[in-house]
Amino acid sequence: MRAARTSIPVLLAAAVVLTGCNSSAAGKSATPKRTVVVFAAASLKESFTAIAKQYEAKHAGVTVKLNFAGSDTLAASINAGAPVDVFAAASPKTLAIVTDAKHGKGEPATFARNQLEIAVAPGNPKHVAGLTDTAKAGTKLVLCAATVPCGAAAQKAYAAAGVQPKPVSFELDVKSVLNKVELGEADAGLVYVSDVKTAGGKVDGIAFPESAKAIATYPIVGVDTGKDSADGKAFIAYVLSPAGQQVLTGNGFLSS
Amino acid sequence: MALTAERARNDRRTAGVPLGLVLPALLGAAFLVLPLVGLLIRAPWSHVVAELRGSDVLTALRLSLTTASIATAISVVFGVPLAWVLARLDFPGRGLLRALVTLPLVLPPVVGGVALFLAFGRAGVLGQGLYALTGFSLPFTTAGVVVAEAFVAMPFLVVSVEGTLRAMDRRYEEAAATLGASGWFAFTRVTLPMLAPGLAAGTVLCWARALGEFGATITFAGNFPGTTQTMPLAIYLALQHDPEAAVVLSLVLLLVSVAILAGLRDRWLRV
Repeated sequence: MRAARTSIPVLLAAAVVLTGCNSSAAGKSATPKRTVVVFAAASLKESFTAIAKQYEAKHAGVTVKLNFAGSDTLAASINAGAPVDVFAAASPKTLAIVTDAKHGKGEPATFARNQLEIAVAPGNPKHVAGLTDTAKAGTKLVLCAATVPCGAAAQKAYAAAGVQPKPVSFELDVKSVLNKVELGEADAGLVYVSDVKTAGGKVDGIAFPESAKAIATYPIVGVDTGKDSADGKAFIAYVLSPAGQQVLTGNGFLSS
Repeated sequence: MALTAERARNDRRTAGVPLGLVLPALLGAAFLVLPLVGLLIRAPWSHVVAELRGSDVLTALRLSLTTASIATAISVVFGVPLAWVLARLDFPGRGLLRALVTLPLVLPPVVGGVALFLAFGRAGVLGQGLYALTGFSLPFTTAGVVVAEAFVAMPFLVVSVEGTLRAMDRRYEEAAATLGASGWFAFTRVTLPMLAPGLAAGTVLCWARALGEFGATITFAGNFPGTTQTMPLAIYLALQHDPEAAVVLSLVLLLVSVAILAGLRDRWLRV
């Protein structure tokens, strides 16, 4: 009975120890080296992870710390004082949240473009052929919230198609939309071509003509809340270089 | 009954106030209260009324209160018997069972949301059959919100009630049994009344946790105004583009929950 009684505190203590270890380990490894902190839109996850690896290989002693989330979430935390050197957003509008607050360093540059696709289960069991099909009753549609770039782009596309979507959920970033389709809980979701590509066969992508009216442009800018502006500049230059662009186009982005 | 002993203890003379307890207590209180003070000071009070007029806020608030209350009711119906089993029955694997059912306490709620998908989702272990039979699936529905909240909040009730059951003087139950009371009769007439303070505290904890639930809800139930967008979700969304509105919404949620808890306490919960 006594052993059983201790199990809850033991579990809690274990959790505390585990989380404690994580944070201290991360802090220690970062101190002797230079670190560039990059906040990037959720849709850039695979591309920027690969670009950061290449960059680290070419610049000894530099660690690139990446943080991925919805562009508006990232912009809000930068304005709240998060130490960041580079911000790569999925729309000029969300990037402007940071530059309007005078946290930008240098001119923003467009480094990629992205087009929407309809993500469906592999094999397209609901026979979705275009935006009209995603609005049909019985088709569970998931979109990004309108405050996130992918949501704003989706609104534009539906307006261009003259279709009134009836989503079951407005997700906080594009990867959450992709997740719901991957897990089989949603029948269709509007994501970027790059998301379908990086999902690697877990979803099928259906192209639709109205996506040309809602092409997302991705701007990148230096941020002054971090401490390593020289490395930040160099990282931005690498993203814009042929090597960086090759990674992006390889993941389904359109070149800038 | 059990209270008389406690009262006698309280009536005894106390041997001075130990500073070693009072100082950390003050620091602890300040730590917990300061963020709330910040919220109150920074609040754009003039906006509160305007925000409240927005129908979205009232919809989210109503949804939050309804789902948290249903989730709490479900937690009481299943959690109290579960706590009783854990506290009173001796069986192999009891420690393991206790650890498992309190796991949602340490599980990050977002992970809880994913786990709920895998169990109750349209493609989940249980949800698959339900969907095949009825065409109904929990994700993206208000029922899904209730499930997510109950999953995260019920362990608080179980832990609290189990603790009370273990601390209880079992001689009353044994006396009832020797007088010929059935197990059920003894539970409802003897155990339950003695359990009241712990049950009340557990219920309040459970309700409060359900009301503030964010991670499992957004993952499992999604975010749609009127169906699954509870106050915490509305607050998070507002925080992204209109931080002032987010502060106002947080205050509304805070005030409403405090008012409800205070009202309940005066009426029933003489804890």
